[in-house]
Amino acid sequence: MPAIEVTDLKKKYGQVDALAGLTMTVGRGEVFGFLGPNGAGKTTTVKLLLGLARPTGGSGKVLGAPIGDLATRRKIGYLPELFRYQPWLKAREVLILHAELAGMPRARRKAAAEESLGIVGLADRAGDQVGKFSKGMQQRLGLGAALIGEPALIMLDEPTSALDPVGRVDVRGIVRAAADRGAAVFINSHLLSEVEQVCDRVAILDHGRVVASGELDDVLGQAETQVRVDGVSQSDLPAFERFGTPTLEADRLTIRPMGADMVPDLVATLVGMGAKVYEVHAGRSSLETRFLDLVARDRPPAGTPSAQRLR
Amino acid sequence: MITIALLTIGEAARRRVLWVLVILALVAVGLTTWGVSALVEGARDDGVSELDIKFVVSQILIFIAFMFGFVLVMTAAFFGSPAIASDLESGIAQAMLARPLRRSSYLLGRWLGLAIVIVGYAAAAGLLAIGAVGLVSGYVPPDPILPVAYLAGQALILLSLTVLLSTRLPPIAGGAIAVVAFGLAWMAGILGKIGLAIGTTSLVSVSDAIRVLLPTDALWQGVVFGLEPAFVINAIGDNQFARTSPFFADAPPSPAIIAWSAIWLVLVLALAINQLRRREL
Repeated sequence: MPAIEVTDLKKKYGQVDALAGLTMTVGRGEVFGFLGPNGAGKTTTVKLLLGLARPTGGSGKVLGAPIGDLATRRKIGYLPELFRYQPWLKAREVLILHAELAGMPRARRKAAAEESLGIVGLADRAGDQVGKFSKGMQQRLGLGAALIGEPALIMLDEPTSALDPVGRVDVRGIVRAAADRGAAVFINSHLLSEVEQVCDRVAILDHGRVVASGELDDVLGQAETQVRVDGVSQSDLPAFERFGTPTLEADRLTIRPMGADMVPDLVATLVGMGAKVYEVHAGRSSLETRFLDLVARDRPPAGTPSAQRLR
Repeated sequence: MITIALLTIGEAARRRVLWVLVILALVAVGLTTWGVSALVEGARDDGVSELDIKFVVSQILIFIAFMFGFVLVMTAAFFGSPAIASDLESGIAQAMLARPLRRSSYLLGRWLGLAIVIVGYAAAAGLLAIGAVGLVSGYVPPDPILPVAYLAGQALILLSLTVLLSTRLPPIAGGAIAVVAFGLAWMAGILGKIGLAIGTTSLVSVSDAIRVLLPTDALWQGVVFGLEPAFVINAIGDNQFARTSPFFADAPPSPAIIAWSAIWLVLVLALAINQLRRREL
């Protein structure tokens, strides 16, 4: 039984399609990255899966129960994008409250709260009022609330948006540990490098539709080679077509698809043309490159009048 | 629901709202007692009869109840209007409602917690004021609990209305609407009394209709009736001019209007639950 299974899930706000037919499956023990530009429908999806909003079409199951099922929410941990907790409570009390709301027996709540606070690095602030916490600490607290009671599904909406680099590394470790104990972790994020480092599978959403999904390797797809080079112009590009499709931006020549095995031949060709090679990098597209390829191709470039109107 | 109610009471205590209410109540009762004591002593020194003193003290009590009732209603509106709206705006509610917590339990828990604080405040401050005035003047209303209960009822009506508005409107808008509606209902009550006195049935009909829409004025009549000594009611009798006063009532609210007030409260809370259930978070 998958952790999440949705078919043709739709959500309309007035005439706007926030989600235009989402079909996806997230397995147990899997870290799933849900990516997309602002307004793509990521947070809407999370809210639909949690029952905070109602779908206008399609169907889905979370942990085997219809989406929105009240009892199933005992087994779901959630860190909202807008993480705010009762500022007059102490950190420990917030987590005890969430343990109580999740239906945990009274005898276990305090220990579970302390354990969660330890995991997110707030053990020494357990007795402090939440209102005095920084944004980053509040996000850590929210992560602690999402982890309390070892839920079977953890939904994290932009979980590192307020964290410093140390906090981001911590979150990666926490997410992997949760997946290792069998929880499914569903991450909404803009931070593609974070997702790339921690997720097993990803789906890229744009305008309410999935434009790519699958294991990270499949989504990133083609290998490419980038060369920082001096002495190559656009008119020279046909000479590199036997390696793949070449593009040239300033001093950066990119050939895609092209594996590392062809690098010596490429460098020899460049040197033979009289070009100066400063750096060669052979690998896959970064998730960011792939993401931009998928979601930015039909958008006007920044700074154009139509792009400015969008802001 | 109980978890949320206790959380709400805890919020009132931690945010020092409870202590502010207690201190304000003590200051108000202290000043009132001192004022009544000085007045009664002066009157007795001047040879004013005990019956006249009783009359004056009962009228002062009604005026105090009017002021206190207004404060109580404002407190209810102040508490109720952000009860749901602020939690939704800040995101606190979303984190809780993603748990196995019914929206109805959340809303009723918020209402119950605030209702306990308001009724507790009304009971403590109201009975303390009546008791203190009784000690220095010798006048205690026939059934002191009744007017306090009506005052608390008025506040619960406003609390319920603001909680309903809070499911859809920002806190300031909900609070403003509720306070204006309370004022209009009070004025409609006076106009209804004038209509009765001068025999204008349309005025009476409009007043009755507004009492059905917002039954606070009917409960205010219960407060006034409960604070009056019987001889005042008998003395005013059929004096039509005196009967138009909002500070006079010759009868308690009818059982029908009391029953309607209870039904009104349940209906408004049911509507609030319905509104919150339908709202996309």
